[in-house]
Amino acid sequence: MIQFSEKSLNEVQKIFARYPEGKQKSALLPVLHLAQEEFGGWLDVPVMDYVAELLGITPIEVYEVATFYSMYNMKPVGKFVFEVCQTGPCMLRGSDDIINYIKSKLGISVGETTPDGLFTLKVVECLGACGYAPMMQLGKHFREHLTPEKVDSIIEECRSFSAINN
Amino acid sequence: MSTKLLLDKANIEGIRFYKAYRENGGYAAVEKAFKMTPTEIVEEVKKSGLRGRGGAGFPTGMKWSFLAKPEGVPRYLVCNADESEPGTFKDRYLMEFLPHLLIEGLIISSFALGSNRTYIYIRGEYAWIPDILEHAIEEAKQNGWLGKNILGTGFDCEIYVQRGAGAYICGEETALIESLEGKRGNPRIKPPFPAIKGLWESPTVVNNVETLAAIVPIFNIGGEEYAKIGVGKSTGTKLISACGNINKPGVYEIDMTISVEEFVYSDEYCGGIPNGKRLKACIPGGSSVPILPANLLFKTAKGETRLMNYESLSDGGFATGSMMGSGGFIVLDEDQCIVRHTLTLARFYHHESCGQCSPCREGTGWMKRVLYNLEYGKGKLSDIDLLWDIQRRIEGNTICPLGDAAAWPVAAAIRHFRDEFEWHVLNPEESQVRNFGLAHYADAREVMV
Ligand code: FES
Repeated sequence: MIQFSEKSLNEVQKIFARYPEGKQKSALLPVLHLAQEEFGGWLDVPVMDYVAELLGITPIEVYEVATFYSMYNMKPVGKFVFEVCQTGPCMLRGSDDIINYIKSKLGISVGETTPDGLFTLKVVECLGACGYAPMMQLGKHFREHLTPEKVDSIIEECRSFSAINN
Repeated sequence: MSTKLLLDKANIEGIRFYKAYRENGGYAAVEKAFKMTPTEIVEEVKKSGLRGRGGAGFPTGMKWSFLAKPEGVPRYLVCNADESEPGTFKDRYLMEFLPHLLIEGLIISSFALGSNRTYIYIRGEYAWIPDILEHAIEEAKQNGWLGKNILGTGFDCEIYVQRGAGAYICGEETALIESLEGKRGNPRIKPPFPAIKGLWESPTVVNNVETLAAIVPIFNIGGEEYAKIGVGKSTGTKLISACGNINKPGVYEIDMTISVEEFVYSDEYCGGIPNGKRLKACIPGGSSVPILPANLLFKTAKGETRLMNYESLSDGGFATGSMMGSGGFIVLDEDQCIVRHTLTLARFYHHESCGQCSPCREGTGWMKRVLYNLEYGKGKLSDIDLLWDIQRRIEGNTICPLGDAAAWPVAAAIRHFRDEFEWHVLNPEESQVRNFGLAHYADAREVMV
């Protein structure tokens, strides 16, 4: 049975309260963010069906939104997702080299996850950090001014975080 | 020397929080504005000459005066914080470091427009910023600037933050409204315009973060004083986010009288090009606006000094000029490849097309594939004309401006750098190991044209 934690259910109620009566569908994007966070980093069909039920809308209304926005993952991802920007301004500052470095360091291609399930590499389009390029998104935060050394230490940081929290 | 109205207090310790913000003159603009009537506020904004800072440059006061006010129907103000135009990161700076400036601007604007529920729609990737904004909103509320009966005027207002989830198209105002309603970000057919039928079918105004922040200085110094800063119809100050091959990337506030050359080379701003390289090209207003070779950047075709403002940047039309756009200033040095750079932009627009209109959905994909072939030494000379033809058929044939935004960068690249595209075709192997270089697009400071 898929069910939000007590804390998330409270959060959902708070989100509902932002909109006028009867406009609860507006909560869809924020609730999908919550769901992705709580249910393993991606949106499986039963999760989306649960969200539909919670909002009182049809499942298809959830699927069409979930597949439209790039931040929702439609398949499982690693525990840490490296989302590296590859658009013009980042490219000018060497994002191609950074992407290649991560590929060789982790031994995976873009879109793949390491066999230990820890890392996924994604390339994304401009995230609004063009002046601090090259950059990537990692969870809630941006990692900017990337260099191979910085990438190394981020990977180390993830590994030890995962070791402590396992 | 340069006037600062938005970032003047950015370096004050603790300015992110209410106490320091208030002690340094914060919320004085609300106090002033709330002594006026909503109509007087709109008039004051009209006097200031403020133009939308998101990219279109439409006069804000005029946009506000279009808002329909039917009896018994709620009206909404939505702050567009979906900043996603490549090269643009100024709104992020404002929200991250000066959240109360935005909240203060939102309170005045909500009062002027009669919006009791105001939303900030922020791009999903700025995932840490909603906490900063919500904290500022809470502080404002505790101090009586938000909530019920603000300053005894009888006006109630709440501000809510809504996160998007990764879609450039949601920066288009009707797509943003759709998204805020919990749907795919498909732009609506206009008319009706949001001012008549917007969020939940109600009259709605959508304004960019920087536009709403600029409301604060307008009330602090007065609309007329604000209009005296700058030149012509480029009044007040503008934030420019500078990136690419420059020594000092970052967000700068300029009054719109400085020259492009000063902006690039002065240590106060970009600080010149790293490693003694020369400037090859620049996209002055975010990825959608035409790229300019160095010889057209500092001087217009007529030989006049080009300034950092709406009129001067677009001087010469698309043939020899560009646009102010969102203020995303992207600099390319002599080592950069125009074909490759254009390819990344074409890929971006293809990725971000919502898919409603065939010319955009299909055309952006074709442009990307043709550019890919050219970049990787598999192109033909006729591909350059083909690209030109595709972009021409996208422009003006779509519901929203994304089609134009995708077409313009490709058109401008071919217009000004055709020989570089041809060189790629004629030297397929060499183009894989080295770049075309500067050729005749010399830095105008060294070679006058
Ligand atoms: S181009 Fe990478 S963050 Fe903007």
